[in-house]
Amino acid sequence: MAFEGLASRLADTFKKLRGRGKLSEKDISEGLREVRLALLEADVNFKVVKEFIGNVRARCLDAEVMESLTPAQQVVKIVHQELISLLGGKTHPLDISGPPPAVIALYGLQGSGKTTAAGKLALQLKKGGRKVLLVSCDVYRPAAQKQLEVVAEMAGVSFFTLSDKVSPEVIAKKGVEKAIESACNVVILDTAGRLQIDDEMMDEAQRINQASSPRERLLVVDAMTGQEACQVAQEFDRVVDITGVILTKLDSDARGGAALSIAKVTGKPIKFASLGEKLDDFQVFHPDRMASRILGMGDVLTLIEKAEAAFDQEKAAEMEEKLRRKQFTLEDFMEQMKEVKKMGSFGDLLRMIPGFARAQVDLDVDPKELARVEAIINSMTPEERQNPDIISGSRRRRIARGSGTTVQDVNRLLKQFYQARKMLFQMSGPDKRFGRLRFF
Amino acid sequence: MSLFQKLKQGLAKTSANIRSKIQSIFQPGALTDEFLDELEAVLIQADVGVEATTALIDSLREESRGKSFERVEDLYRAMAEKVAEIFATVDAPLQVADQGPTVYAMVGVNGSGKTTTIAKLAHRYTSQNKKVILAAADTFRAAAGDQLDVWARRTGADLVRHSHGSDPGAVAFDAARAAIARKADLLLVDTAGRLHTKKNLMEELKKIIRVISREIPGAPHEVLLVIDGTTGQNGLIQARVFAEAVPITGLCITKLDGSSKGGIAVAIAGELGIPVKLVGVGEQASDLRDFDARGFAYSLFGFDDSGY
Repeated sequence: MAFEGLASRLADTFKKLRGRGKLSEKDISEGLREVRLALLEADVNFKVVKEFIGNVRARCLDAEVMESLTPAQQVVKIVHQELISLLGGKTHPLDISGPPPAVIALYGLQGSGKTTAAGKLALQLKKGGRKVLLVSCDVYRPAAQKQLEVVAEMAGVSFFTLSDKVSPEVIAKKGVEKAIESACNVVILDTAGRLQIDDEMMDEAQRINQASSPRERLLVVDAMTGQEACQVAQEFDRVVDITGVILTKLDSDARGGAALSIAKVTGKPIKFASLGEKLDDFQVFHPDRMASRILGMGDVLTLIEKAEAAFDQEKAAEMEEKLRRKQFTLEDFMEQMKEVKKMGSFGDLLRMIPGFARAQVDLDVDPKELARVEAIINSMTPEERQNPDIISGSRRRRIARGSGTTVQDVNRLLKQFYQARKMLFQMSGPDKRFGRLRFF
Repeated sequence: MSLFQKLKQGLAKTSANIRSKIQSIFQPGALTDEFLDELEAVLIQADVGVEATTALIDSLREESRGKSFERVEDLYRAMAEKVAEIFATVDAPLQVADQGPTVYAMVGVNGSGKTTTIAKLAHRYTSQNKKVILAAADTFRAAAGDQLDVWARRTGADLVRHSHGSDPGAVAFDAARAAIARKADLLLVDTAGRLHTKKNLMEELKKIIRVISREIPGAPHEVLLVIDGTTGQNGLIQARVFAEAVPITGLCITKLDGSSKGGIAVAIAGELGIPVKLVGVGEQASDLRDFDARGFAYSLFGFDDSGY
């Protein structure tokens, strides 16, 4: 992986240099050049990189690093720690305290993902027991109001807007009034995309702020943003005084250095990460995971969490129980294949790791193959499914006819099943938790 | 307002800084490392990327050996010309069908500006009295069809759409049939935003393109990858993965009315040989321009079109 890539690149650099014994200050600088490159490749702003390297250098000149037998690891560790602390150190919760309704306004460039983020945030707050009103203040983009209305319906929360002839600040104000009337305790304002250099539109954002006094003013930023992230964040922060950031499209393989740039120039925390097409693909932001990602390690923790979420916990427990009793039938086999299909997009998940995007490994279950397996198993009698050993030659011919496949297909399936069963029984030993994941 | 006035407006703040910084350290004579470092900073801050930037700087250094530069502008020009050359070698105009409808499909990640670009293209060609059909093959995003519907009415184009959540391949099929039956000059296919990391969505895209080429031989005449001008180094990966899935014929760089310069296009053209064909410079239907390699290259260094 690329993270090891940075570590091993550093190791190479240091190995070349340390022939003379202890690393010198100059050697460290040489190594830090690799770090600089990694950060620039991750889209961290040029100036931010410069300052960051300066700070890290001081820590690296510590005797501990220079005399260490593994200076590369030491340097990576320091860089990682510095990144985490710059990214806010810990998670930062939303502030929706105070007298209700708490108003949350979303601002950002065009196409950064405000409307989708509004829906995701609404759903999450609703799950937390809040009564949410989504308000569309985007009177410019055609059908933007309609889009939020549909999203609100999907999230199961209330929606409010006025005609696109009404000014956004008036819609915001009326939206808050509407929330009080209908006893909603959170209002989320979706606003039009605007360029930070468009003075007229930035004035409008300020007017929306004045009209609705949002407690949270969140800047929505695309994780794929390049060097301009700094200027964008700085300008939005100056005009609407942002309280935090939502980083979107983190299900791409972008390293997301923009996050660091923004955290650095605004000093405001990143609060949420949005990562997927579904409304519940939304999480609190974890600085440590982002730091690994920027360095190219990939966000492995998020990946595992996502994989686990895709699993039906009850079914998984049932499966564990069965495995313990060394029972694994064709029905279970089909169930497992369906689980894999549900995840996916497991291939999609893996592709979140930088470098994996183009991996030629075929990690996905072919839906056609799954349909064939289903047809074959459905053509078996319940007895055959429970006890595949009884499936003789003539039964195979019947199953093939019944499922519109060939005897070879049936044979192949049975072989796969026996292999899977063997593998699972072997794995259902001491570490069952891992056994489950390693099925793929 | 011309593209370059717009670009200039957007770039005014940033480029002024960059240029004064470089000017302040420039001494007539041979190229110094200090100066090249500054030039490198300019390119990286324009999202050109470390690799492409290093290649450009190295080749400038190589060619300038023994040469002397009188004015700082001469150096910018030398560099800008180098960038322009990268685009020029892959440059190609928008393709048009010999007969029957011409088909352009827009693809790209979420929020890059596909629908808006379609609207602008529709405006361009309906203004030339061409018959234009829009295909709403984004059946995923909420109200995407409605958005295109508004644009169809504003520009006087026809719209082919199915219900939300239906098969985008089927929309493409109906639209292609409609384009032939109604003797349309141009069919513009809008597709759902998809991250290149989603394999199933990339498969869906392949199918849309396959359907179009089956119904109209030679189509789609252009498959344009729409890239947000603020995109960083991921743009190169996007282009690579999209081009592996479908035959990308060109780029459309959007939102260049902001302060971003879209430098990732340099890396994409240089490494993948994909030309830039269109640039988006605003939210109005008329804010679309054909790509001008030299203008773009010079704007990276803060020159407007009168600068060369």
